[in-house]
Amino acid sequence: MAGSLIVIGVFLSLIATFGVIRLPDVYTRNHAASKSATLGVMSVLLGTFLYFFLTEGHFNSRLILGIGFVFLTSPVAGHLLSRAAYYSGVKLWDKSVQDDLKEQKKKFSKR
Amino acid sequence: MAFQILLNIFLAFIWMFLKAAYDPMTFFVGYFFGLLILFTFRRFFNSRFYLFRIVAVIKLFFIFIRELILSNIAVLKVILKPKLDMKPGIFAMPTELKKDWEITILANLITLTPGTLVIDISPDNKTLYIHAMDIEDAEDAINSIKNSFEKAIMEVSR
Repeated sequence: MAGSLIVIGVFLSLIATFGVIRLPDVYTRNHAASKSATLGVMSVLLGTFLYFFLTEGHFNSRLILGIGFVFLTSPVAGHLLSRAAYYSGVKLWDKSVQDDLKEQKKKFSKR
Repeated sequence: MAFQILLNIFLAFIWMFLKAAYDPMTFFVGYFFGLLILFTFRRFFNSRFYLFRIVAVIKLFFIFIRELILSNIAVLKVILKPKLDMKPGIFAMPTELKKDWEITILANLITLTPGTLVIDISPDNKTLYIHAMDIEDAEDAINSIKNSFEKAIMEVSR
């Protein structure tokens, strides 16, 4: 149980790394990094918690808190990274179809 | 909501003083009877009976977990596909939510849904700008998902 959770977490982190290498631009890379890495780290922490709880009977509440903090903060970090990238002028991939944020960005830079 | 919880704890303490027994078991019994009393008098409060709201919060939490797992499977599929044939793009989505914390929760939920990532929120808090991994098949499906999220969040805040 605990071992399989840790294996799943490591696998997800590995996939996230592949995604960061393989995907074409900042925004799609951010998809991979902010989602797979979150669930990967969360399941590694949960696996560690279960290991210590089931084999040694030690309830480590710090791991639970860590899961909560990662869960809350990593989507916000992904959002902030991509927002900063957009407003400092990083271009989308050339195969991107739609960009509704352009007008707002123009308004933003005029001010 | 906070007022109702405080009132319930207060009633539980009164129960403990009435019984002159100060242990957690008595506290929980008193809390349960206080819950019944609050349920009976629910039409005197301005907001809803608070247990309904707690159920809505728990529902929202499970939506969070489910979306996190589904989005990971979706991202996994895109990354492990041999050809990079997705069509990313940014689209605007109007939202009806007003308060800051509601919009924050909605943005977090959207970021954890399959293939979407919030890039910016307009200054008047009415539009979310979302980067989608695969815009063609996504947009309709995503809009329907988001309606359900908005409803779940409104269920909590109403």
